[in-house]
Amino acid sequence: MRDVAIIGIGCTNFGELWDRSFRDLFVEAGLSAIEDSGIQGEEIDSMYVGNMSGGRFVEQEHIGSLIVDYAGLASNLHIPATRVEAACASGGLALRQAILSVASGYDNVVVAAGAEKMTDVGMDTATDALAAAADREWEGIMGATFPGLYAMIARLHMHTYGTTSEQLAAASVKNHHNGTMNPIAQFKNEISIDMVLNSNMVANPLHMFDCSPISDGASAVVVVAADIARKYTDIPVYVKASAQASGSISLHDRADITTLDASVVAGQRAYKMAGMTPDDIDMVEVHDCFTIAEICAIEDLGFFRKGDGGRATEAGETAIGGRIPVNTSGGLKACGHPVGATGIKQAVEITQQLRGTAGKRQVDGAEVGMTHNVGGSGGTAVVHIFSRNR
Amino acid sequence: MTVARFWRKIPHRYNLIGTRCTTCGEHYFPPRQMCPTCRREGKIEDHKFRGNGEVVTYTVIHTAAKGYEMQAPYNLAIIKLDEGPSLTGQVICRQDEMEIGMRVRSVFRKLGEESNKGMIYYGTKFIPE
Repeated sequence: MRDVAIIGIGCTNFGELWDRSFRDLFVEAGLSAIEDSGIQGEEIDSMYVGNMSGGRFVEQEHIGSLIVDYAGLASNLHIPATRVEAACASGGLALRQAILSVASGYDNVVVAAGAEKMTDVGMDTATDALAAAADREWEGIMGATFPGLYAMIARLHMHTYGTTSEQLAAASVKNHHNGTMNPIAQFKNEISIDMVLNSNMVANPLHMFDCSPISDGASAVVVVAADIARKYTDIPVYVKASAQASGSISLHDRADITTLDASVVAGQRAYKMAGMTPDDIDMVEVHDCFTIAEICAIEDLGFFRKGDGGRATEAGETAIGGRIPVNTSGGLKACGHPVGATGIKQAVEITQQLRGTAGKRQVDGAEVGMTHNVGGSGGTAVVHIFSRNR
Repeated sequence: MTVARFWRKIPHRYNLIGTRCTTCGEHYFPPRQMCPTCRREGKIEDHKFRGNGEVVTYTVIHTAAKGYEMQAPYNLAIIKLDEGPSLTGQVICRQDEMEIGMRVRSVFRKLGEESNKGMIYYGTKFIPE
């Protein structure tokens, strides 16, 4: 297998972008990644795009064709484009497919993109489309919502480990603070613990401000064989590990409801592939679709002992400047969560951190970063490790 | 959900009929046709569950799923059946009665409806034992 590097990144603003269409978004993200990389369109061997539910959100399937066409790469160059879907992990999985195609030697230059346009439908349709990431026949039909499933994880985590609503809220407050420093973030406002606790109850014990928002956005990265990376950039970001693991699609089938075992296994595979341990990671972008998801992620990935995630978050150990900065981008909560784009945006953030271009949210001495992208309540987990050093 | 899609699972939804692998003895609800332990060595047959179990975890849903708005707020739980497997289902009781470890038993109830003129879903819910 060949080494792979990221040489270009691009991202739209995330938010409720009423004046932008689905295709406007991915064209902007794709073009800025290609410009950032310095490649020419003719050099692209293939494209992978993560998109969860174009069919439900914009009544559009055949997303690969649409994207490559409107990126101006279909009619003349006929570049192959493949849509990848794993619910909210679609972006991370598209990146993994791009990495695999370069690592295998089949392609040299590949674009991995992610895009979702969620605000062209009403809230009830959007919520129902997201619920399709769970088991429709045995969870959805019982009245389960996505916040409801994560609320059941939170309830048991509180019961078993003494985690509190305040500790959950601390993750949201920290991510909003990081979002104030990220130009693309959907929410750039500080919030307080009280604001989280006083926001509407969505599914007990999760409040509105424990939940990531409905968002529009797109992001893209260009990956190439590491041997040619320095032809394009002085600071390639090397892929040290690309790992994926599956778990049961239904929450009720997990051995332990408070552990996303797909995250645990994907993390272990990634550490093994990179020859690293959690101590080697300087910052991590985790899948905080809900505050409890961030708490579980930092435990499942080995940064904290099971049950300690809430206390560590409340103590500031996951803030920028803390022991392990988590979600410097603002995470899904504050940066926004256009589902297909999220996994790619995480890689964009880590690339900025490793290049030293993350502005006010820059982590000092950032050498190694991790991304963690989850589909559904844990049916799919994708973990990547990136480094400044090959 | 189309009529056929709902109809073909009626025995399972109405009567809590799952499956059992006679090779390893493991019970499955929701029903599985492939035993994850024995895979092709497994032999699967239908199994009717007694419907008793205990609450593993729960939530009170305030922002309801589509078609369940009339019921909000409602209690949703993961229930571990006495035979072994766990499932997701609603528990009919006061919110402040819900607690982890509480014993429940299954009852036949209306689950939800598609619209004023659409299909009504019936199936299994739970009440305190």
